[in-house]
Amino acid sequence: MSCHPNSNPTSKPSNNKNGKHLTFALAGNANVGKSVIFNQLTGSNQIIGNWPGKTVDRAEGTLSFEGHEIKIIDLPGIYSFSTFSMEELVSRDYVALEKPDAVINVVDASVLERNLFFTLQLLEMQAPLVLCLNQVDVAKSKGIIIDKEKLEETLGVPVVFAVATRGEGIYELVREAVKVATHKPKPKHLKYRRELEEKIEKLKQVIEKENLSLQYPARWIAIKLLEGDTEITKLVAEKSKAVVDSAKAIAQDLQTSCQEPCFSVIASERYALASSIVASSLQQSEVRNTFSDKLEWLTTHRVLGYFTSIGVIAGLLLWTFFIGNGLSSLISGALSFIKPVDPALSASQPILAIILNGVWGGFNAGLTLIIPFVIPFYLLLAIVEDSGILTRVAFMMDSAMHKIGLHGKALIPIILGYGCSVPAIHSCKIMETRRERLLAAFAITFAPCSARTIVLFGMVGLFVGVQWALLLYVVDIAIIFGLGRIAMKAVPGKSTGLIMEMSTFKMPSLKVVVKQTWARTKSIIYVVFPIYIIGSALVQVLYTLNVLTPISDALSPLTVGWLGLPVAAGILLILGVVRKEFVLLAAVAIFGTTNLALYFSPVQLVVMALVAMLYIPCVSTIAILGKEFGWKAAATISLANIAAAVLIGGLAFRLLSLFL
Amino acid sequence: MEQKSTQDYLKAVYNLARNGDLVSTTEISQKLEVTPASVTEMLKKLSQDGYIKYSPYHGSTLTEKGLQEAQKVTRKHRLLEKFLSDVLHIGKDKVHKQACQMEHSLSDEAEESLCRLLKHPDTCSDDGKTIPACNLPFSNCEECIKLHNQGLEEVGKRNTNLTPIRELKGGKYGKISFIRGEHKVLQRLLDMGLTPGTRIKVIKVAPMDGPVEVAVRGSKLALGQDIACNVFVEVEQPTSEGT
Repeated sequence: MSCHPNSNPTSKPSNNKNGKHLTFALAGNANVGKSVIFNQLTGSNQIIGNWPGKTVDRAEGTLSFEGHEIKIIDLPGIYSFSTFSMEELVSRDYVALEKPDAVINVVDASVLERNLFFTLQLLEMQAPLVLCLNQVDVAKSKGIIIDKEKLEETLGVPVVFAVATRGEGIYELVREAVKVATHKPKPKHLKYRRELEEKIEKLKQVIEKENLSLQYPARWIAIKLLEGDTEITKLVAEKSKAVVDSAKAIAQDLQTSCQEPCFSVIASERYALASSIVASSLQQSEVRNTFSDKLEWLTTHRVLGYFTSIGVIAGLLLWTFFIGNGLSSLISGALSFIKPVDPALSASQPILAIILNGVWGGFNAGLTLIIPFVIPFYLLLAIVEDSGILTRVAFMMDSAMHKIGLHGKALIPIILGYGCSVPAIHSCKIMETRRERLLAAFAITFAPCSARTIVLFGMVGLFVGVQWALLLYVVDIAIIFGLGRIAMKAVPGKSTGLIMEMSTFKMPSLKVVVKQTWARTKSIIYVVFPIYIIGSALVQVLYTLNVLTPISDALSPLTVGWLGLPVAAGILLILGVVRKEFVLLAAVAIFGTTNLALYFSPVQLVVMALVAMLYIPCVSTIAILGKEFGWKAAATISLANIAAAVLIGGLAFRLLSLFL
Repeated sequence: MEQKSTQDYLKAVYNLARNGDLVSTTEISQKLEVTPASVTEMLKKLSQDGYIKYSPYHGSTLTEKGLQEAQKVTRKHRLLEKFLSDVLHIGKDKVHKQACQMEHSLSDEAEESLCRLLKHPDTCSDDGKTIPACNLPFSNCEECIKLHNQGLEEVGKRNTNLTPIRELKGGKYGKISFIRGEHKVLQRLLDMGLTPGTRIKVIKVAPMDGPVEVAVRGSKLALGQDIACNVFVEVEQPTSEGT
């Protein structure tokens, strides 16, 4: 899974096809190290955005190489060029229509056969190809030796060995790609079995005669028509009904003689070819990798596997909580030299109150909250992600996730939701259907993100007790599960099953981990810091102007009557919609003290934190929900959150009053 | 104790044995609530009729003939269970017994209609057990579905003696025979290398009806139970070499 930080800049359309300028595309399966190569090539010159009109990530960067200005496009990680997903459509249209000067096909050397299936499809498109055999070190550790010359000869394209995480082979890769881009060698025609090849040729001739004036190569169109590809069939049907008809007839022929649907025949043919290429160029010897075997045993053991899974899920939360807690008090101790203005005096010194309680308070909160909570979380997450353990967690938890209408893979975005809901909802794309994405996103809106962790820590952990804060975590996870089950029943449709590649265990690379952590933290710092400072100042202005009191009075039947909170809670909850941390921040700003225990009883603190966790997705989350699923879905989810918070908060107040 | 039919015995052996393991007389006797002596007697008879291979003191396995018969009656049983619970809303605690009585009298024609009525189910609604594929004169589900406008497809060939990979234990090898499912799922499985005729190895099955991990073409895939029960393989005995 490649998880780009969702900073949402607009992608720059650049059509200047200048002679000196070259464009390379990176294409390949998911989890082959494509993003690592992209980072190696482009360094910090990257623009991350979306493909025009699609919710598919588009990463673009530039590279200067021996006098060439090279634009690099990182295509989404896909397994095939069928119409299974938007990612596949975007990628094939880019390769076929935009015609990059070279396509660098990144291949996992340790899973060569499966990767070649995709390579063969690139060759069908007559893409100017360079094959990058990445992770040759991992392959070697699995006892796989690949004959580079033999592979080059069979495929008719240059092959480069690489270990991208260490930067090995990157220079040679670019050199070969430039050679391909400038010399434009004629791609070799790899032949399938005669029977299929004849059918393709027959259809290709029909297509060439009809002169469809489509940008795709004729042979490729022929193959796609035989496969019954809906998009291509639609495109061709607009130009010539005759071609579609003869495609249908030829496909029927093939289907009858093979006694097998055409799309299956063609997939089998590609694999047969890939398999024979592997047989001639790859040597496999039996090697036991004791370390990853042990890890495999531990993470998928029928009992221990659950401990590992729960350990990973809980460990991420606890690590964030305790490390964040420690760092937070360290930093706030260091920053305590400037004291906030007493709220009683703020009326007489409004400007000073706005600056000190507002601007400085916001900056202070950003520094003491984001740095300590977000960075450790993203650091550990990057390590866990890079190691391949998450797929094992998904494997073990699949049956549990079925109870809420999702499959194991959904755990990955939900775990990301511990950090921030926005990138987590963005990464729901790894799910196959809209229904699953929606259910996963719904679960994420309740996940204890770092903002909620901050409120939880700042209100409950500090003034009621750490055990109560941890209990709220557990309650939150139970709520996610319970509401997820209700949502599953409410959203029509059937769950699809899990089809997931079990990626190889890897020792996480420090460089990759640091880069990933920084990329995620960066967007939060740039976006969140200004919001904190402005927002916090604004709260102070509103407070000084006395406009907040009528609002909180209006809400008091709910906040005071039902939830048993102080009147000011109304203001806090309204402000918390902007960012959940504001619930805590505004409380500090309004009461003019960090010792909230003076104004809230323990029960009120617990209820306040619980309600703050559940009551509504923050503005940025609502925005991404609207963008990904439409405003109706975003509104429904928000209303469901409010209803859940009111109900659970009220019950919790009544229940807790008995104990605390 | 009531008399148990040939079909009941075959079904019991089929359900107790997975991937060719021997089933002991005691297990059958417990399952069917019949005395071990009557079980032994019946097993001998079934062995003479060519339904099972029976070796005293070791256990029994189904022959191909027996397996076909067992799958057929299991299929009828599970379709009936699904029908009784989903359509007639009979309590889940009662459907098993009712289905046991009805399965023997259900004609093949009624079985086919039932399959269509239930929209070609692949699993039981109560316990999620796999419904074995039909032995109807259609060459595949697709034909049957096209005839009746449904949304399932199928790739590969139906041979006899097939097992869904969901029912294999870790370490077993098999050759993919056919896969049924929605078009997109089939396309993805083919893309991932699970083409008909491919040799696969089941590495591990996650507990609590979790996914099945298979090794295919040098990669490892996790397939959810609902997909694994629709991927049918011919089981082969493990050789000393790995895939």
